[in-house]
Amino acid sequence: MESVVIEKAVIKFAGDSGDGMQLIGSLFTNTAVNRGNQIATFPDFPSEIRAPQGTVAGVSGFQIHFGSSGVHSPGDAPDVLVAMNPAALKANLSKLKSACTIIVDADTFGKRDLEKAGFDSNPLEGNELADYNLITAPITSMTKLSVAELGLDNKSAVRCKNMFTLGMVYWLFSNPLEPTIDFFNAKFSKKPELAKANINALQAGYNYALTIEAVTSSYTVLPASKKPGIYKNLTGNQATAWGLMAAAKKANRDLFLGTYPITPATDILHELTKHKWSGVKIFQAEDEIAGICSAIGASFAGDVAVTTTSGPGMALKTEAIGLAVMTELPLVIVNVQRGGPSTGLPTKTEQSDLNQALYGRNGECPLVVLAASTPGDCFQWAFEAVRIAIEHMTPVILLSESYLGNGAEPWQVKSIQDLPVIEAPVLNGDKDNWQPYEHATDKLIRKWVVPGMQGTQHRIGGLEKEEGSGAVSHDPENHQKMVNIRKEKVARVANYIPEQRYKGKDAKKLLVVGWGGQFGILLGAVSELQEEGKDIAFTNFNYIHPLPTNTAEVFSKFDRIVVCELNDGQFASYLTTNFPQFTFERYNKIKGQPFTISELKNRFNELLEK
Amino acid sequence: MENVAINCPLKPKDYGSDQEVKWCPGCGDYAVLNAVQRVLSEENVPKEKAVFISGIGCSSRFPYYIDTYGFHSIHGRPLAIATGTKIVNPELNVWVVSGDGDALAIGGNHFIHALRRNVNLNLLLFNNQIYGLTKGQYSPTTKQGQVTKSSPHGTIDIPFEPGKLVLGSEGKFYARVVDTDVKFMASVLLAANQHTGLSVVEVLQNCVIFNDKVHDLITNKAAKQDHQLLLEHGKPMLFGQDNQKGIRLNGLELEVVTLGQNGVTMDDILVHDAHTESAVLHNLLIDMKLPEFPIALGVIRDVKALAYDELLHAQIAEQQEHAAFNSLDELFASGNTFEVK
Repeated sequence: MESVVIEKAVIKFAGDSGDGMQLIGSLFTNTAVNRGNQIATFPDFPSEIRAPQGTVAGVSGFQIHFGSSGVHSPGDAPDVLVAMNPAALKANLSKLKSACTIIVDADTFGKRDLEKAGFDSNPLEGNELADYNLITAPITSMTKLSVAELGLDNKSAVRCKNMFTLGMVYWLFSNPLEPTIDFFNAKFSKKPELAKANINALQAGYNYALTIEAVTSSYTVLPASKKPGIYKNLTGNQATAWGLMAAAKKANRDLFLGTYPITPATDILHELTKHKWSGVKIFQAEDEIAGICSAIGASFAGDVAVTTTSGPGMALKTEAIGLAVMTELPLVIVNVQRGGPSTGLPTKTEQSDLNQALYGRNGECPLVVLAASTPGDCFQWAFEAVRIAIEHMTPVILLSESYLGNGAEPWQVKSIQDLPVIEAPVLNGDKDNWQPYEHATDKLIRKWVVPGMQGTQHRIGGLEKEEGSGAVSHDPENHQKMVNIRKEKVARVANYIPEQRYKGKDAKKLLVVGWGGQFGILLGAVSELQEEGKDIAFTNFNYIHPLPTNTAEVFSKFDRIVVCELNDGQFASYLTTNFPQFTFERYNKIKGQPFTISELKNRFNELLEK
Repeated sequence: MENVAINCPLKPKDYGSDQEVKWCPGCGDYAVLNAVQRVLSEENVPKEKAVFISGIGCSSRFPYYIDTYGFHSIHGRPLAIATGTKIVNPELNVWVVSGDGDALAIGGNHFIHALRRNVNLNLLLFNNQIYGLTKGQYSPTTKQGQVTKSSPHGTIDIPFEPGKLVLGSEGKFYARVVDTDVKFMASVLLAANQHTGLSVVEVLQNCVIFNDKVHDLITNKAAKQDHQLLLEHGKPMLFGQDNQKGIRLNGLELEVVTLGQNGVTMDDILVHDAHTESAVLHNLLIDMKLPEFPIALGVIRDVKALAYDELLHAQIAEQQEHAAFNSLDELFASGNTFEVK
């Protein structure tokens, strides 16, 4: 049987939240990464750990887009949908494109299962799925047969059905089984019967698909042509953790993380706590407030201090962020955004904490705001957040997103040696003429003088300080002066960052503006339109506050500007405030889901035709 | 002690800062400042190794008045901030200055968790049973029924007994002092500083403006002999004129007895054991109230245990010994990687 070479494909694994969809998603991802494909992934799961079984609310999904080129996002609609039960099918039916391949577990389509999923009749029997390439496989029963020799109890045997399914999908895309087999042998080295069960099911699924010739031809996706180097699959949260560690190394200081668990940021804690060997000090606090306050205490004592959270946690940290601004201490606050307000949509993605990051504090309280744009570049932006925090003696908020934190892509392995050194403003020499709140004339920063240093004892705190001496001061003129210094210090960061770039040098008509983590999808949509010859360009902001110095110049090159973001127009409002001379049209979506390329292209085409 | 300094014969007054002290005349806080300076001097703590971290409230102005490193932070959070500072640099001698509102109301969560972890800090808990800086509202330690600005008809809140909160939070060191006896306070603070772990010293402190004479029944000269039980480890619990009265255990409760009366001898009198792990007697001592009992003062509990910061650094050292990676470069290149040529 032949295997057809294709450029890229999208697979969606969907099942009950206990069916192991995230696991087979990540195993498929690793296999694709090993082959050198471009990948982008999007896990989409309910916030309940085990939502009611068999219901649409309990469906857990993992989408992977992989290919040899053109993979900028996890993709809109899948080419292959794996539905482990009727609910998983139901949840995805409206999002399918024609000729999509659907693999279902026929064993789970009983009367009761159909009712729970809200089907009136069995969709496998009617015409509803006639447009699709439907593969109805008795996955549960075949899985049980495949592990029968091992004498597992029924529950353990059935649990392997995700591997049977993965085996089928591996055959579809001509994937090698070895990386996954190696994974199980390593994972269950002390429980060989479990390793054997998973491997049996995987191989049985592969052989089953081969035997029934599940599709007329299987597919092969070739390796991507990338910049030469070593690559590795990383999630955004892992990349954030690694970027922080790398930055601490380059600042020649220890890393301190003070944090409290919160979805979807907790994986940064999970990753860093594995690496105590690197000297990172981890403090899992009693609450969000203690998380950031311990980090402020750590910064006071001279460590690279970080706190990680998501929107509701940010709200709790607000007062302490003000303290860090007032004390002019370096601090990195990572917010992996989720759907809000309040508890909102804990496992879904949104960009709606931008206003909170920019303005959410009492008093005139400016700080630096950065946003990461892909899972892999979370490394770079975490590093940059630490660099700016230390070199400019300011708190920095790094906005990530659930979509980035949980998503993954190949990351080009960095060497510590190649990263820039981070220079802390320490006090060298003249202690006698030093004052705790004197500000350097260029960056307007004070020196980072930490307890333990002889002869420089001083007090910092939340009360307004006299410029220079640092004595508590209620003097009106001094307060105005200090407010101005804090504002100007942050504004001057713009002199130490690169210019804003954009894609589409010859375009004049429409500029698509994004910020943060919708970068890949926006790039995908604009690239496709550019290939179609449309007069369109794209720029994505990572430096949010302050903005790059050439921002207005970029905007001035275009007839129309549309700002696309997963909120109700927060960045557009911010740009309007900063650049009232331009009109910023808006394209907003607040559904807890990323943009799709097709909806963006539709909107951009409308704007181009106006 | 951890901060052995050479040529550091600083006198108590050498620790004073150049700032004008702005507490109200007659405020109990002056006594604490005085006692702390004595302890720093006695312990030979180099100025640069001491850090005072405070929250918000009258007592939290403390760091301005002492020539060490200081951090006057935000309301309720000094323990959380100090935890970060101590973890980063365990060599520092870190003191936290907080009050009944700061530590037990807005900062109550940090209070119990810092105790549970046993972070190696000294906490000065100024208890004047009132919010002074906001001008006279009831606090979590105000006696039930007391009329204050925010309780014109008397409070209906049941107050905390701070010492019992310490015990309930797995605390290892708790002492109680009054602001009228600097010498005794200094001796207790010395013990607190020498204890490894979170040492809580509750200072029964007078607010001359908003809660004057709140502790007067304990501290006034005429009554103090009968109303104070000064505890010392290994010593019998005697008080009153000529130490004629004592504390005896009767079943599961304490009682006051008089030597020589009803056949009571020294053998009946409890001997204070601050170092016992059991919190039962410590709890009973903390709970003694006037007029039936004297108020227990001094080091009530002082139990050895490993401190959080020691454990944290021990774990890092252990991980470094068994590290799977020698560098970040090794970590980054580990696992599933592929090469593009």
